[in-house]
Amino acid sequence: MKLTDAEKLPLDKLHRSLGAKMVPFAGYAMPLQYEGIVAEHLWVREHAGLFDVSHMGQLEVSGANVAKALEALMPGDFIGLKEGRLRYTLLLDDNGGVLDDLIVTRRADHFYMVVNGATKKADMAHLTRRLPAGVTVEERADLALLALQGPEAEDVMARLGGELSTMTFMRGSEIRIKGSEIWMSRSGYTGEDGFEISLPAKKAEKLAKLLLADPSVKPIGLGARDSLRLEAGLPLYGHDLSPVSTPVEAGITFAISKRRKMEGGYPGDERIKAQIENGPKVRRVGLLLPGKRPVREGAPVFAGDRKTGVVTSGGFAPSVGAPIAMAYVAAEDAADDTALEVEVRGKRLAARVVPMPFVPHRYVR
Amino acid sequence: MSLHFTESHEWIRVDGDSATVGITDYAQDQLGDVVFVELPDTGKTVAKGGEIAVVESVKAASEVYAPVSGTVTDANTALDDDPALVNSAPESDGWFVKMTLSDKGELSALMDEAAYRDFVKDL
Repeated sequence: MKLTDAEKLPLDKLHRSLGAKMVPFAGYAMPLQYEGIVAEHLWVREHAGLFDVSHMGQLEVSGANVAKALEALMPGDFIGLKEGRLRYTLLLDDNGGVLDDLIVTRRADHFYMVVNGATKKADMAHLTRRLPAGVTVEERADLALLALQGPEAEDVMARLGGELSTMTFMRGSEIRIKGSEIWMSRSGYTGEDGFEISLPAKKAEKLAKLLLADPSVKPIGLGARDSLRLEAGLPLYGHDLSPVSTPVEAGITFAISKRRKMEGGYPGDERIKAQIENGPKVRRVGLLLPGKRPVREGAPVFAGDRKTGVVTSGGFAPSVGAPIAMAYVAAEDAADDTALEVEVRGKRLAARVVPMPFVPHRYVR
Repeated sequence: MSLHFTESHEWIRVDGDSATVGITDYAQDQLGDVVFVELPDTGKTVAKGGEIAVVESVKAASEVYAPVSGTVTDANTALDDDPALVNSAPESDGWFVKMTLSDKGELSALMDEAAYRDFVKDL
């Protein structure tokens, strides 16, 4: 896709005025970096970074028995989800493969869902086809989505007058910031404390500028978003998650709520239940590599002479100071500390299976 | 001494029958933070346009091509410890290899500095 074909984000002008290098991603022209990926990455780990993630799909689902209808498509406990609570969940195909990973929030009269930008059209089609009559799904393309991430994010929001005392990790509510009602949740994709803010696109630039005026805040591009989430052990849809893998293989069984594990009733429930009981044949693992050479998506992974799997994302981890990767490998090679090798351009690099996250999460619970 | 550039953003500084090769400031800016450089062994013969090195930035791996044919005589081992030299001094201390030239006639197909700076202006 050529850059000229890409749609513009609501903050397009602001990104360019801040010197962003723009690249096409998920059909949009998006900021890859401003001052540089490593500097931006480290800034978020120490201070606070502002991300424009307006490419993501913001959907509202409502209607009679909407919680039950959602439970037929996803393995979360939505009936038991309280208002103002977020849940990480998965849109599954009938084989238990992952169609998308998303956050579902219960609001007073509907469920609010944030889905991946690259999959939002397919998600809409799937939901429209599969939800029963009387339950409707609407894409809120009129909204922008910003994320403020990092240990100083809380101070920044407090300085803007945000009342945050009851907003702990994976909770959200409407909040007044400088006289404007916006939707905010304590959540994100970096492993750090932080917030995600949904607001009308036409108000986004004003808020972004307010946030950027705080000395703790710098704009952060897609490049650092990827390295931050990789260090946090968070899978990226289309790379570490796909219809090929079940949630059990992907190591995100926590996305299947306890009641749903017992009761089933979601797509692929029998296969997933069997994998939970007997263990999957392959598993997503974290790999740490000594040395400096990064490994990338697609690189084959070996246990001795035997090919055991493939890297699904990898790169140099600025906060770890070493290359890290996520890979799917045979279950017998997935134990922590297993010595494996990754092939890069005909050379075998030593790698070791390590627990994820690579950098500890610092959520405020 | 003469300085030449390729459309794939390598520079080559020629001194008699030998030369130093690196990537341009434009190239390092496009790559972003360089974290690793794979350099060729001394003695390796390379053909014009063939892969001579691999540079890995935080975001991606990119090949570096030989601007002309010849034999590698030295590689910049300073890049092993400090690959970020490619970002901070791409057209000086961040050089990649030294090589002898097997056909100096190949240089005539490359751009001079003015032509290259003009070339990247339009990218």
